Amino acid sequence: MSHIETSYLDFGRLEALSRGDSFLHRLDPRTKVLTTVFFVLAVISFDAYTVSALLPFLLYPAVLSGWGGLPVGYLLKRVSLVMPFALMVGLFNPLLDRDPGATLGPLELSGGWLSFASILLRVFLASSAAFILIALTGMPDIALALERMKVPRIFVVQILFVYRYIFVLTEEAVRMMRAYTLRSVHGRRPGLGIYAQIVGHLLLRTLDRARRIYLAMVSRGFDGEVHTLRTFHLGLRDVIFLVGWVSVFSLFRYQNIPAWIERMAG
Amino acid sequence: MHMSDALLSPQVGLTMWTVTASSIALASRRLRKKAEGLNVPLMGVAGAFIFAVQMINFSIPGTGSSGHLGGGLLLAILLGPWGGFLTLASVLTIQALFFADGGLLALGSNIFNLGFFTCLVAYPLVYRPLISGNPSPRRLYGTSVLACIIGLQLGSLGVVLQTALSGMAELPAGAFALLMQPIHFCIALVEGVATGFVIQFLRTAVPAWTDDPEASRPISSGRVLVGLFLVSLLIAGGLSLVASASPDGLEWAIQRTAGKEELPSPAGPVHQIAGRIQEWLSFMPDYEFRASGQAETGKTENPSPSGKAASGITGSLITLVLVLLAGLSFRFRRKGVQR
Repeated sequence: MSHIETSYLDFGRLEALSRGDSFLHRLDPRTKVLTTVFFVLAVISFDAYTVSALLPFLLYPAVLSGWGGLPVGYLLKRVSLVMPFALMVGLFNPLLDRDPGATLGPLELSGGWLSFASILLRVFLASSAAFILIALTGMPDIALALERMKVPRIFVVQILFVYRYIFVLTEEAVRMMRAYTLRSVHGRRPGLGIYAQIVGHLLLRTLDRARRIYLAMVSRGFDGEVHTLRTFHLGLRDVIFLVGWVSVFSLFRYQNIPAWIERMAG
Repeated sequence: MHMSDALLSPQVGLTMWTVTASSIALASRRLRKKAEGLNVPLMGVAGAFIFAVQMINFSIPGTGSSGHLGGGLLLAILLGPWGGFLTLASVLTIQALFFADGGLLALGSNIFNLGFFTCLVAYPLVYRPLISGNPSPRRLYGTSVLACIIGLQLGSLGVVLQTALSGMAELPAGAFALLMQPIHFCIALVEGVATGFVIQFLRTAVPAWTDDPEASRPISSGRVLVGLFLVSLLIAGGLSLVASASPDGLEWAIQRTAGKEELPSPAGPVHQIAGRIQEWLSFMPDYEFRASGQAETGKTENPSPSGKAASGITGSLITLVLVLLAGLSFRFRRKGVQR
């Protein structure tokens, strides 16, 4: 299967997960957005050499993916695809910072390795939180939550529109690429000239589609705003979820749990 | 290239969020009046189009590698600067969630680096003034390449500065810039040519099409001046922040290279090469960013951090096991409920 088709299917899978029905799926989207923001802020606010104090934060992705029934292997694969950039930049840390930072038994670790490990852990935590948010909430609900949180309406409508047509247009692109691949020698990638034609045609179809959508919307009384019947309300369970996690995060932020456990054990 | 959560400090991340949120608010206000027309569905579908286009690869002649369009300039050409910016912002938001490209805190930086510089700087100040009437294809390609180069160079400089100011990565800003700017120069060349080709295709396929959504409102020279002023202010501000950190950083680098000799230096060839690279990088007339304080003081406060950090290992392992158990217990409890 071609590159474009696999990434399309991959994208669709996350969308399918968000249509699940669990306690977590049913929480108000605002609760989940806020909890995720607090989580990311807590994780990012540690200094560059923190490793052990970050470990307890793994509790959040572990519990939520377990509770929401999310496929862990799939999430791990997605997270690993995100790593390269941070990996590239972080790889210089062990090279440049060779002051002794910690000892692992007989092994001496430099500060660079510590901060490198910290960066990797941060990428893992932050990106898994993002995936879990989308897999438990879905894009339309997140957009509507953003609107309730005073994000400009036109931007929210824009997100909803893009999201709605991603699937349509990507399918269109997949079809065009399939047609090209079947006619080309050894399924080679198109050169710039042919690429421009393919993309240009896709663009023409896009513009044409936009015009049709616009006419259809106007004939149904579109006035620049998207109205939904969906109402959100913050219930008791939302409050408990948010307050519970935020207190857990602040505990993890201000108490080094692994060190604490060690003192208990030793 | 996307900025990553892990390389950002909360201060830098939140600052970039504030800047980006106000640009989005401004763009929304500018577009609200025009939102009744074709614009809403057009912007929406164009965003989805960019999404699809980013999945199509083409081969780059002579290199054997492949690339794809980022689409910032293309969006600005199709929708105007504000529309292009808002559309790219929405695409990046969706990508931050679905692909965790960068992450949520870094989203502010990413929208700024990729959207602001391309749509609100390179397009109105470079592309628009140079393309007027019915330019020849060659002029179109040249302008589009130039606009992409300027937009992407500023954007990658943004990544470098934000990384450096955050102080998570050890890589000195100068070395990082030496790495990033040439890469983005090449990316911009490809992006510019591809954008030019697509626009040229559109011109020949649909002669009636004009790439000028704001044709009735030419940009006044006053606005160009204000724009240039803002950009230079921004760059100057960034550079001054960098410069103020430099003396400490240099001292610190010298100290560290001197202190290193007391360590028994490992003799392996890998270590020697690593050491040589390190020396090369640290002796470059450049800036270090550890002077921001937090990280450094955190380190110097425990002159023998080894004891403290080593004691963390057992506790860390126990924590990991506990976390794993918690996750599993929720999973099994859930399965029990389902049965």
